[in-house]
Amino acid sequence: MIRVGAAYAVAGLLFGAIALLSAADRGHPRRWLSSTFWGLFSASFLIGDVLGDLGNGALVLALVLIGGCGGLRAGRSSTTGVAEREAIAARLGPRLFLPVLIVPLTALAGSLAFKAITIAGRPVVEPAQVTVISLTLGVILALLAAVILVKPPLAAPLQEARRLMDSVGWSAILPQLLAALGAVFALAGVGRAVGGLVGHWLPMDSRIAAVAAYGLGMALFTMIMGNAFAAFPVMVAAIGAPILVGRFGGDAAVIGAMGMLCGYCGTLMTPMASHNIVPTALLGLPPGAVIRAQVPTAILVLLATVTLMCLLAFRTWAA
Amino acid sequence: MMSLLGVPVLLIGLLARFNPLLVVTAAGLVAGLAGGVDPLTLLAAFGKAFNDSRYISVAFLILPVIGLLERSGLQVQARAVVSRLRALTVGRFLVGYLAARQVTASLGLLSLGGHAAMVRPLIAPMAEGLADSRLGPTNAARRLLVRAHAAAVDNIGAFFGEDIFVALGSVLLIQAVLQQNRITVDPLRVAFWAIPTALVAFVVHALRLLVLDRTLSRRAVN
Repeated sequence: MIRVGAAYAVAGLLFGAIALLSAADRGHPRRWLSSTFWGLFSASFLIGDVLGDLGNGALVLALVLIGGCGGLRAGRSSTTGVAEREAIAARLGPRLFLPVLIVPLTALAGSLAFKAITIAGRPVVEPAQVTVISLTLGVILALLAAVILVKPPLAAPLQEARRLMDSVGWSAILPQLLAALGAVFALAGVGRAVGGLVGHWLPMDSRIAAVAAYGLGMALFTMIMGNAFAAFPVMVAAIGAPILVGRFGGDAAVIGAMGMLCGYCGTLMTPMASHNIVPTALLGLPPGAVIRAQVPTAILVLLATVTLMCLLAFRTWAA
Repeated sequence: MMSLLGVPVLLIGLLARFNPLLVVTAAGLVAGLAGGVDPLTLLAAFGKAFNDSRYISVAFLILPVIGLLERSGLQVQARAVVSRLRALTVGRFLVGYLAARQVTASLGLLSLGGHAAMVRPLIAPMAEGLADSRLGPTNAARRLLVRAHAAAVDNIGAFFGEDIFVALGSVLLIQAVLQQNRITVDPLRVAFWAIPTALVAFVVHALRLLVLDRTLSRRAVN
């Protein structure tokens, strides 16, 4: 059976190559620290499962210290200039799009097909990780197609990967670090504490006030946690289940669906969400640019959803 | 209750613009220690959760492909293709992507989009190319604004589409959490009640994108 470890090994090799290329870059402003950073990140993917939890914890701290204290800088990577790009694009034309489309299409085909393929009753691909494994397969196929199409110098794919990874920089580890923060908050009982505060201090005597506290609370708590999935169990346990469903007899399907969507509005507004961090890094945007483009929509949709919840969760006119 | 101290650390640190890696780690340490978790257990919890969430970073695997194609003029080509379509504007193009992203996500096809796979190589350069060919020479502010909107559309389309698909994480999580609170719901009904908000989100954001067109052309005239 192909397990998720295979995808992690490929990722580990990529980050390892970036570490080596950084070490080989004599013009790099932070040559050794940057190389160490990518080397440690690579180690996390290659041997993370044998390091043990404490070993991984130490590895994370080292990554945070290097990345957080300015140890990571972009190296000097060679790429093509505008004129050369225009010349290659003119020669290859729309065929350049093919490799880009291979990735999502393989991911799609894989996530549909791999679940069905079994040998002697056992799945060929680890069922819970089909998405990640299909993505990895798609990338490998796309890279082969791109190399055949473009016929680049041998090191070009890795040098280009380093150029882009350098532009992402320290924020490459932020999404995983935020996931770790969520786990630590859970361990420390932050969710229980917030649930207790909300349950005690917010006015719940009217239906509208309770719906508003639940919906806006979901958005706010999601902004703090960076993740609606972490906020949802807390708000359901504090308000959704006991008060909206229990006391006021609301429709649990409406309250569940719309509560989660209020959380998504929070995700659109928080610097803690990987959905906002990754594109900011990938597109070379200043901090907050993606969030600013999203905030007006998020606020309007949030208010609309809270209103809809008041109307639809307690309807008496339909089943 | 003391574990709540992690929250102000997070807020103040981010508002004071310290490096987010340091802020997030400090907030985790403060919350854990104040909540009575012993330091080694805390470090182990950090390490375990980081290791368990490696799947998030597998998305970076696409960078060699994108980089190689960019080196060969992918973005040039993306710009050229869209600027030939006369009826398109930045806003209309992004409304089209919003609709496509929402519909495919609602069918469970989340992997058809994404910031690394679609926005950076195709959607953002296409939107920028449209801005240039419709509105004349660019400047840094317009380029960044258009790019930020390309990323925002991908998020909004994905978020307000995926909740309509029954077998995706969010509907299953909603069902599981309600179950823990001794409430049984039919996942189909949960997915159904995500539709009103999805429609509102599409209308609101599509209108904003059309307003973006007007803002961009007004700025181009001035």
